[in-house]
Amino acid sequence: MLVLDRVGKTYPNGVRALDGISLAVAPGEILVVIGGSGCGKSTMLRTISGLDPPTQGRVVLDGTVITAPREEIGIVFQEPRLLPWLRVADNVGFGLAEYPKAERRTRVAGALDRVGLTEKARVWPRELSGGQAQRVAIARALVPRPQVLLLDEPFSALDAFTRADLQDHLLDLWADLKPTLVMVTHDVDEAIVLADRIMVMRAQPGRVYEEIPCELPRPRDRQSAAFDFVKRRVLAALDRSLDRAVAMAEEVEPRAAAGGGLWW
Amino acid sequence: MTADAEQAGAPEAISKRGAARVLRPALGLLLPVALALFWEIAVRMGLSNGRLVPPPSVIWNTFTDLAATGELARHALATLWRVAWGFAFGVMAGTIFGAITGYSALTHRVVDPTLQALRSIPSIAWVPLFILWFGIFEASKIILIAVGVFFPVYLGVMGAVMSVDRKIVEVGRVFRLSGPAMVRRILLPAVMPSYVIALRAGLGLGWMFVVAAEFLGASTGLGFLLIDGQQLGKPAQIVAAIVAFAILGKTTDWLIVLIASPFLRWEDRFARH
Repeated sequence: MLVLDRVGKTYPNGVRALDGISLAVAPGEILVVIGGSGCGKSTMLRTISGLDPPTQGRVVLDGTVITAPREEIGIVFQEPRLLPWLRVADNVGFGLAEYPKAERRTRVAGALDRVGLTEKARVWPRELSGGQAQRVAIARALVPRPQVLLLDEPFSALDAFTRADLQDHLLDLWADLKPTLVMVTHDVDEAIVLADRIMVMRAQPGRVYEEIPCELPRPRDRQSAAFDFVKRRVLAALDRSLDRAVAMAEEVEPRAAAGGGLWW
Repeated sequence: MTADAEQAGAPEAISKRGAARVLRPALGLLLPVALALFWEIAVRMGLSNGRLVPPPSVIWNTFTDLAATGELARHALATLWRVAWGFAFGVMAGTIFGAITGYSALTHRVVDPTLQALRSIPSIAWVPLFILWFGIFEASKIILIAVGVFFPVYLGVMGAVMSVDRKIVEVGRVFRLSGPAMVRRILLPAVMPSYVIALRAGLGLGWMFVVAAEFLGASTGLGFLLIDGQQLGKPAQIVAAIVAFAILGKTTDWLIVLIASPFLRWEDRFARH
């Protein structure tokens, strides 16, 4: 069980990126976090990963407080971030340096097989397409068999076909390995295709605005009425969350304008 | 008809490609060979006496004479030895200082301004001081060369370490690399391409500075051959020494490229030559 307990993040320059985020993600659950830009969704993912520990509250995985990156938590970024000087197989096995060689080899071969890139094992990253590179990045994150896999807008740089393909791929991997998935996206369709639960965030400071369960049977049909129903609900929540932010900004502005007026 | 033409054309195309592979590097030889031929013919025809600018045949004879007596090898080895030591010391110091100032912001703030100030001094200006401190023999020469090699290597390594992609370093953090592992598995390979360029720039300056060092009182070395040729009025010997410099400089540079190439095969480069 992954638990965020009143997690907040204030940057040294005083900007509050996250404020009092509390949530629990069950083992094997797929939580998709969605929200306008700058709402702190990536920041939240980074606090869970241990790369940027929270400044308030704590992140707990199965009773362990997360303050630094751990083997049980894998992460896939928006860019593949492959190491260009390692061939694909060595990139996939990058996190297994401490394992015996034979174990490493079988795990890498298994992961490459899962993402369908066995024939690319000896290739340099520069020779991969964008979608292939992101699949390698997913394989690299999965190879240490993490309990939690974090995905930070992993498909946002890909074209629509490749994106849909990788979403299916990710669901297959999840069905096999059942890690907890926490994924950040700004694509509503993607959220509904993947999620067990959708969390809408609101900006300034980043807070949980609304949680929407998404329990359609898989595989999900994008054309179905049920899909559309959830989609309308998510869009409405997103709209409201943005309105709130705008309203708050307007609330602040007149005062600022009055203060600024002294100058004239 | 087309099938026939294709069958006949295929081997021809292959041989054409083979010829191109030989001919393309040879293109670079066209200009110097033409110039040399022109000068040789001009001197043979009596258009010039060739005393101050000796024709290629005379230079070749001087070169082979020097080589036959073992003089050329003796001087070339003396120069090579100085460059090797100066390069080794310069690279060592440049790599260590460059890596530390690139890695640590505090050290950068403390050390880099001083080194940049020292860099702006023309390195030849150190010569009188080095001779006072280290004598007129090998030590002062090697140190001068090392100073010349140091700065391009220092700048190259520092710049390379500072510009390592934060996102790639983060991958290292995700996989919990320790400090030394981070250096070995992320930073070192990431700076490799710039490092090779810095080494080549440093080596070039090393060859430049060895001449300066040998001008200032040496009894061996290719630089000595230059001075000797000037004082005794032997332009062919000067050009022969220059040719020897060119050969050695190019060969050592090529050695660096050759040794580095297995480490850089991953590069996604614009140029493939």
